[in-house]
Amino acid sequence: MTTIASSRPAGHQRPRVLLYALMIAIAAFYLLPVYLLVITSLKSFEEVSLSRMWDLPSGLYFQSFQRAWEVMGRSFLNSVQLVIPATVISCLLGSMNGYILSKWRFPGSEVLFTLILFGMFIPYQSVLIPLVRVLSTIGLYGSIGGLVLTHVVYGIPITTLIFRNYYVGVPTELVEAGKIDGADFFGIYQHIMFPLSIPGFVVVAIWQFTSIWNEFLFGLIITNAPEKVPVTVALQNLSGSQYTQWNVQMAGALLVALPTLLVYIFLGRYFLRGLLAGSLKG
Amino acid sequence: MEQVKTQEIAAPGHVHRRRWLTRDRLTALLMIAPSAIAIAVFVYGFIGWTGYISLTKWASITPDYTFVGFKNYVDIFNTGRFQTDIRNTIVFTAFFLVGCLALGLLLAMLIDSHVKGEAIFRSIYIFPMSLSFIVTGVAWLWIFTPGNYPTDPTGINLLLHRIGLDFLQSAFITDTRVVPGWYPDWARTKIGVPLAMIPVVIAAIWQMSGFTMAMYLAGLRGISEEIKEAARVDGASEWQVFRHVILPLLQPVTLSAVIILGHISLKIFDLILTMTHGGPGNATDVPGTFMYEITFKANQIARGAAVAIVMLLLVAVLIVPYLIYNARTEVEQ
Repeated sequence: MTTIASSRPAGHQRPRVLLYALMIAIAAFYLLPVYLLVITSLKSFEEVSLSRMWDLPSGLYFQSFQRAWEVMGRSFLNSVQLVIPATVISCLLGSMNGYILSKWRFPGSEVLFTLILFGMFIPYQSVLIPLVRVLSTIGLYGSIGGLVLTHVVYGIPITTLIFRNYYVGVPTELVEAGKIDGADFFGIYQHIMFPLSIPGFVVVAIWQFTSIWNEFLFGLIITNAPEKVPVTVALQNLSGSQYTQWNVQMAGALLVALPTLLVYIFLGRYFLRGLLAGSLKG
Repeated sequence: MEQVKTQEIAAPGHVHRRRWLTRDRLTALLMIAPSAIAIAVFVYGFIGWTGYISLTKWASITPDYTFVGFKNYVDIFNTGRFQTDIRNTIVFTAFFLVGCLALGLLLAMLIDSHVKGEAIFRSIYIFPMSLSFIVTGVAWLWIFTPGNYPTDPTGINLLLHRIGLDFLQSAFITDTRVVPGWYPDWARTKIGVPLAMIPVVIAAIWQMSGFTMAMYLAGLRGISEEIKEAARVDGASEWQVFRHVILPLLQPVTLSAVIILGHISLKIFDLILTMTHGGPGNATDVPGTFMYEITFKANQIARGAAVAIVMLLLVAVLIVPYLIYNARTEVEQ
């Protein structure tokens, strides 16, 4: 160690090269599944064989995607129908809760906040049985509406957390100034807090979009009919079936991955912030 | 706690002291009520309900709330399958935590050493976080499908064959061995590491290590150059700086990471279902898959509820102290 540090002028290049080699090797590990997904999905049905699974395709064939869309297109649209309202409602609720828990604290509001946060960590297995009973009773079991409700409710903890931590950073003087100017609860929210929290909305929207799109357990339990399942459940069914060629499974996996991957590529900065907001305070 | 209360109440000033409940405050309470009620019902109410079900006889489609005490818990802990699940959860959690923390810290240190193309590397390491466990499972399932090796290998085995490392070929997700596989009288499962779990753990680390890296990176960026320089001036080697300056300062990050990763691994379900379905045998079965099957496939509702409550308790042991600690420090600020 000391030799590397002290012989900098001469020995500087070699550790740098090793550093890059290591980073590229690890990057290869991360990209390996993507490579496999992409090349397999682009092969023609005749070309797909397990003994040549790592070889590049001879040309670009989109048959696998076509077939995957035939099987999963419906559920893809289900997921779209599910994720949009659930994300929008989550954002509004979370923002309102965050506003109250940061700027309108009341006796016990910190305890309430902690009690809400606990909901973020529970294994959903511990609520599934009553959830199914209640959704059946109110006629939402097996429907996309039932899934929306479920995702909105269990999304309250994380969305509240992110917005609350965001609003804590907004100076209370602004709120006081608003009050002096005669603004009420909603006036302050509408004219002061909401305009300031657009980045917060982006972070929460991306977070909810990604988690709801990727979610599997609720989809599996709450939707029973094949024409109502979200896309992750459809993919799991596809991968479990013996009769589907595996190139179709790979194309299906890419289809499922595409929306969140696009969000990550174009809005990665916000995605990361949501990621860290869930784990670090403030 | 007391301090905060007095502050809050004093804040509006003397004039309003007698009228704490203004119209605005009432609006605030009304606006947060739906969320509070939803959480009270869907989280705490449902957990209580599940807990109650776990003490009943309910074992068919029609509810049966005949009280049987802790019988279901005694039953599940006496089955080989649930004992296997507990073993597997411990193994999975241990490997997953160590793997994510070690790889995450290594990646954060690499990224933090002022490399060119930092943003590209970082994006590559983190992107799996944006995918569903099902997608991850489908991809890694095929990578770890062994094929009829050595004659007709697939996946990793095929890659190993191509580079002449045939001796490293393995049964991966179809491996039935448990190492070392002790089988004491009191246990109904072999004690050790089920080898089929290793590929699943690798897939999980692939997905979550970038997240760990992001956390460590945020922590590293918060450590000032002066502190490190001061240690170096005092004659500390780079290793000593790392061991005695950087690592202790990263401790809060490690704690958060352990909490987040730990609760994910205790709940793991999707990835197992897609990659192995709990097999071979029950080699990779976990409480999540067990609960799903006995509850929703076999209608043993009360037993499923008992498994769910055990899962909840495992998570609570990890989370509750953390939440209370968080709430306390929050108040101190």
